[in-house]
Amino acid sequence: MRNIWTIAKREYDHYFITPIAYIVAFAILFTIGVIFAFNMFYFIQNSFQNPGSVPDISPVTGPFVFLLVLSAPALTMRLLSEEARMGTLELLLTAPVRDFELIAGKWLGAMLYILTIVAVTLVYPIILNNFIDPGIDWSTVLTSYLGLILIAGSFLALGTGISALFTNQIAAFFATLITFVFLWWLVGFPANVLSGSGADLFQYLNMQSHYYGALSDGIINLSDLVYYFSLIALGLFTGTVAVEMRRWR
Amino acid sequence: MIQVEGLTKDYGARRALHNISFDANQGEIVGFLGPNGAGKTTTMRILTGYMPPTDGVATVAGYDVVEESLEVRRRVGYLPETVPLYTDMTALEYLKFMADLRGIPNSEDRAYETLEHVNLTDRANSYIGTFSKGMRQRMGLAQALIHRPEVLILDEPTIGLDPAQVVEMRNVIKEIGKDRTVLLSTHILSEAQNMCDRVLIINKGKIVAEDTPDNLQSRLVGSQRVILRVRGDADGLDATVKKVKGARSVEVKPDETIEFEFSSGQDIRPQVAKAVVQAGYELIEMRPVGLSLEEIFLELTRDDAPSKKSS
Repeated sequence: MRNIWTIAKREYDHYFITPIAYIVAFAILFTIGVIFAFNMFYFIQNSFQNPGSVPDISPVTGPFVFLLVLSAPALTMRLLSEEARMGTLELLLTAPVRDFELIAGKWLGAMLYILTIVAVTLVYPIILNNFIDPGIDWSTVLTSYLGLILIAGSFLALGTGISALFTNQIAAFFATLITFVFLWWLVGFPANVLSGSGADLFQYLNMQSHYYGALSDGIINLSDLVYYFSLIALGLFTGTVAVEMRRWR
Repeated sequence: MIQVEGLTKDYGARRALHNISFDANQGEIVGFLGPNGAGKTTTMRILTGYMPPTDGVATVAGYDVVEESLEVRRRVGYLPETVPLYTDMTALEYLKFMADLRGIPNSEDRAYETLEHVNLTDRANSYIGTFSKGMRQRMGLAQALIHRPEVLILDEPTIGLDPAQVVEMRNVIKEIGKDRTVLLSTHILSEAQNMCDRVLIINKGKIVAEDTPDNLQSRLVGSQRVILRVRGDADGLDATVKKVKGARSVEVKPDETIEFEFSSGQDIRPQVAKAVVQAGYELIEMRPVGLSLEEIFLELTRDDAPSKKSS
């Protein structure tokens, strides 16, 4: 556990000296800020026509989860591929650290970075809460954010695992992006076309179905949690096996 | 400290190590000598727990490198051939990270002490990316020493250093080797001769010779070579030398010199000198050419390596 923390801490610190991490943070926060501002503007303009409708947190969490599809690969691509390319992987693989601890530490470091960005966006529910009487529905905010964190965790775990398969960062980036596009978007098509158990399977794989109409609406299903935790486990397992394979090659 | 028994490693269809066995004791500096691609790095990577062998057993400090890999890694300091440094960290940050990974309490103090050991305290807060090759090599060594390991494995520790840095690095290693086990690889023979208590010559994944540097030299040098120089015209000199009993492989070299060889047992230099002077040449120089470890090495690692020079 201490090893995981040591590696995570180094990785977290590293994000603050890489331009790509700042670009990702800027892109996410800027986009969300613009969307939130225009949504508020639109809502105030139209509040007379639609009395009784209340703004919620979805203009913040919705774009955020979508932006994760595009930006999480940029945060995870170098995690292990760069160590392999620079030769520092040899350092870590001959240190008294288990392969799983290495992967888990890398994932946790990326996770802490995303959580830092997530924490910044908490100003929006607070702003909303001051606008609305009698206040915002905090339970929906909480589950939306829980979903956001679980999606980030799943993406970053898969990205960490994929990064361990490559020595080239760009290759890792695109392999990760394709995986996310598949899970977030493509998998929805067969789910709509097929019927029976095939459709059920694709529907279960579809990440959107475990967020929209579920966590984003204040509903916590055990099956959704199992889905996210399975993806995290799969990502970390892939990474551990990939590192193990490097030893045997 | 290190015991290796029948170690074999295959990379796919290619066999990199063939059934090698050796050991290294505490307080001993053992040199691994061989051309590039001989299997030095492979052996070291197996001993440091980086990769498992295909066959055979290796124990370090009493722990099996496969079964008790983490225990081995706790006790081994390793400097890989490409020095593994995070160029975007400062020297102190890097060593503190390595100390934390190894679970050393007061990691910052230890990092500082180790920097002192390798003479880099003045650059403690500089980024490693700005370091020269020699400083990077010292950082690599610092990283290998941070947990004060019982066994130190150094892959080409002096490669790419300038002569002054080489001397400095050698002194540091010799100092460490006094009470700990050091296994180092090199393809520079004078280095092995200078630093090591014992040398293992490895070629194509096999150990072809193992002894102290001095013994290796005397064991393998079966003949003595001598260079002979005369003033003026040297025509016919080779014929004169050839007539002396015991003189072999007489060659005319440019610059009025002749090189010849005789068996170590019987020194024919006086007879040669006499014959040359009697034939009317003005003898101005006669000096032995020591068969260096370099030549022994080339002999041993040649494709059709004969055990001795024959001519």
